[in-house]
Amino acid sequence: MAAHRAYLPGARMGSGLSALADELARIAGVFAASGAETVEPAALQPADLLLNLYGEDIRARAYLTDDPVDGALVLRPDFTVPVALLHRASGALSPARYTYQGPIWRRQAPGSARPTEYLQAGVESFGDPDPIAADADMFVLIRDALGGAVPLRAMTGDLSVALAAIRGLEAPDRWVAALRRHIWRPARFRAVLEGYGPDRPAPSESRAALLAAVAAGPDALDAHIVAAAPEAGLRARAEIAGRATALAQDAAAPALARARIAFVEAALSVRGPSGDALAALRALAADAPAAAAAAMSPVLDAMARRLDALDARGVDAAALPFDASFGRALEYYDGFTFEFCAVGAAHLPPLGGGGRYDALTMRLGLGDGSGAMRAVGGVVRPEAMLAAARGAAS
Amino acid sequence: MTEPAALKLGVPSKGRLRDATVAWFAARGIGIENAASSREYAGHVTGIDGVDLVLLSAGEIPRELAAGRIHLGVTGEDLVHEKIPAWQDRLRPVARMGFGHADLIIAVPTSWVDVETVADLDEACAAFRAMHGQPLRIATKYHALARGFLKRAGVADYRLVDSQGATEGVVRNQAAEAIIDITSSGETLAANHLKVLSDGLILASQATLWLALDAPLGPRAARDLDRLTQRLRDGAA
Repeated sequence: MAAHRAYLPGARMGSGLSALADELARIAGVFAASGAETVEPAALQPADLLLNLYGEDIRARAYLTDDPVDGALVLRPDFTVPVALLHRASGALSPARYTYQGPIWRRQAPGSARPTEYLQAGVESFGDPDPIAADADMFVLIRDALGGAVPLRAMTGDLSVALAAIRGLEAPDRWVAALRRHIWRPARFRAVLEGYGPDRPAPSESRAALLAAVAAGPDALDAHIVAAAPEAGLRARAEIAGRATALAQDAAAPALARARIAFVEAALSVRGPSGDALAALRALAADAPAAAAAAMSPVLDAMARRLDALDARGVDAAALPFDASFGRALEYYDGFTFEFCAVGAAHLPPLGGGGRYDALTMRLGLGDGSGAMRAVGGVVRPEAMLAAARGAAS
Repeated sequence: MTEPAALKLGVPSKGRLRDATVAWFAARGIGIENAASSREYAGHVTGIDGVDLVLLSAGEIPRELAAGRIHLGVTGEDLVHEKIPAWQDRLRPVARMGFGHADLIIAVPTSWVDVETVADLDEACAAFRAMHGQPLRIATKYHALARGFLKRAGVADYRLVDSQGATEGVVRNQAAEAIIDITSSGETLAANHLKVLSDGLILASQATLWLALDAPLGPRAARDLDRLTQRLRDGAA
C-alpha cells in the first residue's frame, strides 16, 4: 500500500517510479517547447484567499491546516491560483506563459474511490493578445501533451454562451448579477431564473408589509426596520433599507416572459458536434427577441472563429463534441472549456482538460487595473495517463 | 479467534437524556439498572438476556457507534448526522424515541426585515460581500450539517465561524452575522433578536436508538439483537 499512488499501484519506487519520471519529463518537454517558463508554487498556500474566492465549500474539498504565525493554510487543491499569484508577484503587467508539475491534494467524500493526492502537469497563459488563437493553442497543446498512447474522446463547452444568454434577457441588473452568480450551480440557477418569470409567487404577508413601507418613503421604511428589532451585528440599517428598496424595484419590474426564460434554457441545453451545435445556437438566436440575438451574436461569431482556428491546427472542429453547459461544474471558468477522456476507461478521470478564466484574474488583481488580464490554462494527469496507456496495452 | 463480546448498548450516563432513555426502555420491559444514581459508569440491563450496558457521555456515543465498539446506542440525530461521515452507510436507526427534540435552524437578526428565506440570505450574502469586502459569517458548531444544507440550497458565498456555546450571542458581539444552532423553544433566539428563516429548518432531531452496522457480531449476539429489536418492535409492553 505504501508504494501505491493515484491510479498506479506500486509507482512510488522502482520501475513504476522510473516510468512515471520518464513520462513527466516528456510532458515537461512538450510544455517547454510551447515557450512556457517553468515555475514551482509552494504546496502550502494561504487559505484565506482561496476561502474568499471559492467560499466555504473549499473546506469540504481541500485540506486546511494552520500555522501559529502564518495563520490558515491550505494544501494546494490545484495550480491555477498559485501560478496566477506567482505571475502577480512578478509584476503581472506583461503577457506570460508558465508550466508546472507536482502533486495536488483534494479532500474526497467518505467512501469515494477518488485519490486524495495526485500529480498535475499544466500550463497557464496570461495576457494573450488573441484569446481565440490562445484557446485553440491550449486545446492542441494539452492534446499533444497527452501523447498518442490511448484513443481520446474530447468534450468542449463555452461559458460565454450562458453569460450572453443571460445578458440578452434585458432583465434588471440585479437579476443578471444573481444569475451570473449561480451559473456554476445549475439547479439553483434554474430556480432563480424561473423565479423571475410569470409564475413568481405572490409576496408573503410580511414581504407585502415591507414593500408598502418602501412605497411610503424612506422615513416609513426606517421606522419599519426599527420597529422590527434593535440593530444587531455588522449589517447596518442602511444595507437592510437598500436591499428592501431593491426588492421593491424587483416587485415593480415586469416578470420575464416565458419565451425569454425558455430561450436561456434552450441555449444551455444545446449539445452535439460543434458544427451542429453552432448552427442550433444560431437558429435559436435568430428566433429570439432582438436583444437576445444581439447578445448572442458576438459570442457565436467567436465560437465560429475558434472552430476555424482549431481546423487550422488540424483538429476536425465541426465534429468536436460540444455541450453548452459543460464547464458549469468547474467554478471560475467563464469561456471556452475542454477535457479529454480515455476511450473505454470509465474508471479513470479525464486525462486532461482546461479552459478560460478571465474573470478570476481580475479578482486576483492581475493586469494593469484597466481590465482583466485574459487567462487560459490546461492540465494533464500523468498518473491517469500511464494507467490508461497500461490498460490500452494489455 | 475468540467469540466477539456480548451485545453492547450505549446509554447516556447522566442528565435528562439518561432519565428519558431509562423510562423508554422500562416501558418496553427492559430495565437499565444502577444508572440513575451511581457515580460509577457501570450498570446492567434486566428483563432481557445477553445485553451489556455501556454508560457514556451523550456526545461520545456517535463515535463509539461509528467505531463499532458498541452495537446499539442512544443519541440525537443531530450528533450522528454531524459527527459521522456517510452515517447512512454505517448506522441504522432502530427507533426514534420521541424525546430529546431539538431543531437545527438557521437564524438571522430580526432587524433584517428584507431576509425571510434562504434565497434572501443568499442575496444578502452577495450584497454583504460587496459592501464589506468579506463574506457574511455564520456561527455554528454543526459545521458538516451547515455546509451540507447551504450547499443544497445553493448558498456559496459565506464563511462558517466556529462557536461551541452561547451561539445566540455572537451576532450581538459582531463575531458573525447569522447562526446555525439547535433550538428547542425559540425563546433564546427572540431574546437575542434573532428569527428563524421560513425555510430554515435544517434538521428536526430527536433521540434515536441506533444500530452500528460495522460492529462485529457473533452468532449469539446476533440472536440477542434479533430478540431485542423484536421486543422493541412489539412496542411498549
